[in-house]
Amino acid sequence: MEAFTTHTGRAVPLRRSNVDTDQIIPAHWLKKVTRDGFEDGLFEAWRKDSSFILNQPERAGATVLVAGPDFGTGSSREHAVWALQNYGFKAVISSRFADIFRGNSLKNGLLTVVLEQKIVDALQELTEKDPQAEITVDLEAREVRAEGITAAFELDENARWRLLNGLDDISITLQNEGDIAEYEAKRPSYKPKTLQV
Amino acid sequence: MGRTLAEKVWDDHVVRRAEGEPDLLFIDLHLLHEVTSPQAFDGLRQAGRPVRRLDLTIATEDHNTPTLDIDKPIADPVSRAQLETLRKNCAEFGVRLHSLGDVEQGVVHVVGPQLGLTQPGTTVVCGDSHTSTHGAFGALAFGIGTSQVEHVLATQTLPLARPKTMAITIDGELPEGVTAKDLILAIIAKIGTGGGQGYILEYRGSAIEKLSMEARMTICNMSIEAGARAGMIAPDETTFEYLKGRAHAPEGEEWDAAVAYWKTLKTDEDAVFDAEVVIDGPSLAPFVTWGTNPGQGAPLSASVPDPASYEDASERMAAEKALEYMGLTAGQPLRDIKVDTVFVGSCTNGRIEDLRAAAAIVGGRKVADGVRMLVVPGSARVGLQAVSEGLDVVFKEAGAEWRHAGCSMCLGMNPDQLAPGERSASTSNRNFEGRQGKGGRTHLVSPQVAAATAVLGHLASPADLVDSSAARTPAGV
Ligand code: SF4
Repeated sequence: MEAFTTHTGRAVPLRRSNVDTDQIIPAHWLKKVTRDGFEDGLFEAWRKDSSFILNQPERAGATVLVAGPDFGTGSSREHAVWALQNYGFKAVISSRFADIFRGNSLKNGLLTVVLEQKIVDALQELTEKDPQAEITVDLEAREVRAEGITAAFELDENARWRLLNGLDDISITLQNEGDIAEYEAKRPSYKPKTLQV
Repeated sequence: MGRTLAEKVWDDHVVRRAEGEPDLLFIDLHLLHEVTSPQAFDGLRQAGRPVRRLDLTIATEDHNTPTLDIDKPIADPVSRAQLETLRKNCAEFGVRLHSLGDVEQGVVHVVGPQLGLTQPGTTVVCGDSHTSTHGAFGALAFGIGTSQVEHVLATQTLPLARPKTMAITIDGELPEGVTAKDLILAIIAKIGTGGGQGYILEYRGSAIEKLSMEARMTICNMSIEAGARAGMIAPDETTFEYLKGRAHAPEGEEWDAAVAYWKTLKTDEDAVFDAEVVIDGPSLAPFVTWGTNPGQGAPLSASVPDPASYEDASERMAAEKALEYMGLTAGQPLRDIKVDTVFVGSCTNGRIEDLRAAAAIVGGRKVADGVRMLVVPGSARVGLQAVSEGLDVVFKEAGAEWRHAGCSMCLGMNPDQLAPGERSASTSNRNFEGRQGKGGRTHLVSPQVAAATAVLGHLASPADLVDSSAARTPAGV
């Protein structure tokens, strides 16, 4: 997993609340057998509408999603996070995220930032007026900054430490590789092996 | 204080224990299949990680495999892509794979035990909830999600919080005609589909001790339907007997050392379970489901329950919805329910004893007019064994279809499906809406009940066949 320290990028203001994971990535995309290539499925239904914000040329290359409240509700599919990341998003800002989505996002290195609704509103206004406006999400300082806006955010220390160091569950376990090797050395030899006999 | 079986196996696998963290558990056996592994392999690839223990990992194809024309290309593109991806991944990473057509291919939970890989006191995981099956050997076995599959591939461990333990004691003789399937359906009806949530179940008591390994697997298989991630049965002579001589069972001195360890795998006299349930063996009867979850079941001699009889509002609503979906009315005798399809197979009841039991009942009889009976062995080897005993001929002569191994109609990911509105008696484990095909209606039953139902055309037990010539005409559904 890529480490996240601080990120600055242009934004997509998404003025919708209760965006569920089926809207983020529709079910038929779940048949895919890889973790990448979900970018075209992101918000697939809405993108059929040419006026949808993601379709606007000035939003190309944006990396911060400023979403309405209750983002990521519904099915637990991790594909929703992959789709956002595959599309290029590094951080999502909202006043409220669904729990499972938030857990999945932090596990995968997509920073989900919770800010008060009035600050989210201000960020949306700013980036609606000026598509070139940049938002900085600073995980070291636990701060979001944009023109005229500075807002602190909370993130539990363990999740922050993992993101700052780019540690996924597997790398954390592998930090205890010594313990695993020690256990393996002591395993009785009668334990089953799958190698072809 | 003494420890339970589950606690002993757990403790023997702790790689690392630290305050405020879940235990890091070593995994002895990792089973893979095509549905839940692709993204896990992809994750390894992206991170440049190898499979840590190829010698503790094995894959088979089951969920998507067709049960007819297995030598022809698979028609459904999604199924084909999943199988091809598994083959590619196993080749790339070096994982042992049993593909369609291979003698060891089959439903992953039938293959592990049959190879002798599932052993007492081991930890077994697979990206499939019915991994609980392997607990029949006194193994700690549970299903995991795709990111955990990747975690096990990369580290051969899993960070886990220890569940609580529940004893389910069944004493006494099971009456004639009552099988392991009836027993587990009755248990689930009693404790509910959420009753086991957060627990590892241990099935014990004299009725369990008398069961064969295959029957024990049927019981542990459905632990997940009671909400428990794992179910276990203490290993005993029956277990050792089953394992002895299997391809991956230890031999010679290793065997002796293993058995000495296995014999310690019993709940201590003074151990305390977090919860206990007692079931009276002699009071049980053949059991079938009438609803859309495995807890909605009743003795075959009963009638479809009246939703109004439920005190709990959510249970009442669930029953109402279930009756509507199932097209049943309260008060209708379960024996009057006519079926279109009978499915004998799956990791619950697709082993050789199950096929023998079903064959013994349909032998010399005919599948009722208008009923389609599908017999799908749980593995290619079970299929071969059945053929060597002539069971395939018995089934075919009775008018049943004899198929190749796989999950088949258990979940209808392959072409074996119910059409909307069709009704089945199925030896599988889930009667959820649409599980066997969109709009399909499922009654979970034992192989014996499945076979008798196939002959009579309505839900029935073998006892109903005694005067089958005078079989009463069901009132129609
Ligand atoms: S037979 Fe059914 S329950 Fe068993 S692994 Fe296959 S699909 Fe799952």
